[in-house]
Amino acid sequence: MFDAPRRKLVEVNGLKMYFPIHGGILRRRLGEVRAVDDVSFDIYEGETLGLVGESGCGKSTCGRAVLRLYDITEGSIRIDGEEIGDAGYKLLRARRPKMQMVFQDPQASLNPRMTVARIIGEPLDEHTALSKPEKLDRIYELMDAVGLNRNFANRYPHEFSGGQRQRIGIARALALNPKFIVCDEPIAALDVSIQAQVVNLLEDLQSKFGLTYLFISHDLSMVRHIATRVAVMYLGKVVELAPRDALYGAPMHPYTQALLSAVPEPDPNIETRREHIILKGDVPSPANPPKGCNFSTRCPQVMDICRQIDPEFREVVPGHYAACHLHDIQQTRTAGEPAAQEVSPSDQQGEVT
Amino acid sequence: MTDMPVEETEIIRPPRNQWLDVWDQFKTHKGALMGAAFFVFILLAVTIGPLIWTIDPTYIDIRARNQGPSLGHPFGTDQLGRDTLARMLSGGQVSVAVGVAAMALSLVVGTFIGVLAGYFRRLDGILMRLTDLFLALPLLPLLLVIIMLFRDALRSAFGPEGGIFILIVGVIGITSWMQTARIVRGDVLALKEREFVLAARSIGTPSHRMITRHVLPNVLSPIMVSATLGIANAIITESALSFLGLGFPSDFPTWGRLLFDSTDYLQQYPERVIWPGLAISLTVLSVNYMGDGLRDALDPRIRGR
Repeated sequence: MFDAPRRKLVEVNGLKMYFPIHGGILRRRLGEVRAVDDVSFDIYEGETLGLVGESGCGKSTCGRAVLRLYDITEGSIRIDGEEIGDAGYKLLRARRPKMQMVFQDPQASLNPRMTVARIIGEPLDEHTALSKPEKLDRIYELMDAVGLNRNFANRYPHEFSGGQRQRIGIARALALNPKFIVCDEPIAALDVSIQAQVVNLLEDLQSKFGLTYLFISHDLSMVRHIATRVAVMYLGKVVELAPRDALYGAPMHPYTQALLSAVPEPDPNIETRREHIILKGDVPSPANPPKGCNFSTRCPQVMDICRQIDPEFREVVPGHYAACHLHDIQQTRTAGEPAAQEVSPSDQQGEVT
Repeated sequence: MTDMPVEETEIIRPPRNQWLDVWDQFKTHKGALMGAAFFVFILLAVTIGPLIWTIDPTYIDIRARNQGPSLGHPFGTDQLGRDTLARMLSGGQVSVAVGVAAMALSLVVGTFIGVLAGYFRRLDGILMRLTDLFLALPLLPLLLVIIMLFRDALRSAFGPEGGIFILIVGVIGITSWMQTARIVRGDVLALKEREFVLAARSIGTPSHRMITRHVLPNVLSPIMVSATLGIANAIITESALSFLGLGFPSDFPTWGRLLFDSTDYLQQYPERVIWPGLAISLTVLSVNYMGDGLRDALDPRIRGR
């Protein structure tokens, strides 16, 4: 299925998002938090790319940076063939209707002083010149699409449950007929019973409007359910990117293997016999990442080279990318090239070819 | 909550004007209603009152001086035989006008500076140091200097009363905006990091609409509180200025001036201090209650409780 020529809707190349740390009496720049450190991926039209990783690994920052809600440090972002990595405010505003976002906390992402109609109508106010009745029609249409009663239009966000609030957020994101939606942990703040509803709603909307999602989550089973391809992030870097079944079936990166082994198995017989990979230690600080591979401090299969050289993010099997030296060795054995090909690690980081 | 759009059996109400909701909630706050009624009463008294009670407040009837309350002079007369009720009514005009205008000025300046400082990080340092500078200024010497410098220029431009009015409003306004600015800045700083502001940015809302649509409505509560306190403050400062002889001309009645003139006769005729004092206190109180009710009414989370 990956041989079929599909259009890349989103192309992210070498995306870096560093937040400066200021300190001391003179508030000098002491260093930076490398929240997103050289991340590259593509999202094909109509697919869902799941982005998983533990808390603080830079998933949300990555999602927000892709939509240029931050001024990115470096890198290129192309959406629908158009470079927005260094776009100014005007160009960005003109492109906003194509790309929208659904936020994690539905309580915090809705202005408590606006009615539902005004919240959903805000994108229409900004980007369309609809008359009042037309706007109201569109708002009702959107409310129908996300399964909200039309009578709720006059209510305020605090009068709703979490799931309903998230529907309001989704309706707002849909208002301008976007092509690409970043879902930033849209289900993390919801009840399990409501999570399924919201995820199903997102899937229905995807097939109905032909949407493309970047679905950020730490819930591996939910990502398995919704995603076409999955990217795994660790400490600001994408360590593995593969089609869903390949990733869940045969994970290549030791971190992905550990992550997947932490997902509980419903069958108690298998669960007790299953081998868990338990990682030791804590995630290093993104302000001071370790030398070499970021995962080298906790990796159960660590080698000497891992502490020296940052592994290249490369296509190991067609469509299956990983950044790990384990696969360097396998490849070099088959290709017969010397293993120490990384002369200058800096310009090889995460390059996708 | 269902996944399917609910079949509409009842007629859908179109979005209602939010100010109707605000008014509905305001009506349920008894104190606010009474405050508003009293404030309207004061406004009517000082604007329409002089047309009904037609005695000239500056008319001197020396034979009728120092009289107690009577039918001809319900509030009595002063040491020159001027009717106290008439002086209260025309004095109220000036005091209320000064209070409202100075409050509005300090509110606009304070909110403007507070929002700019909180929203735009680049302006924060400069504007907050400016605020600190104003806070550190000794108020009375500053007022003296300003009045000395500008009184004559403004008098010749706008007439004796108009000039002083502008001067007093300006002086009170520019010396009382700092509290508002600080409170607003703090709230804006916190609001700016909320996700709904980020959501608005992802829509592409420009900064000025971000401020008017998302930031200002959410800092309304502290602004409202400082507004109600500000009106009281302005009336009292105007009284203090008149008291010091820096305000309006001595024959021009204001509540502060009446209070000042009456203190000389506090022992013999205490009621003369009570009338203007009561008027100031009740106005301030009514405005405070009104502000309280308005703040509750403007917050949709409190509305309907």
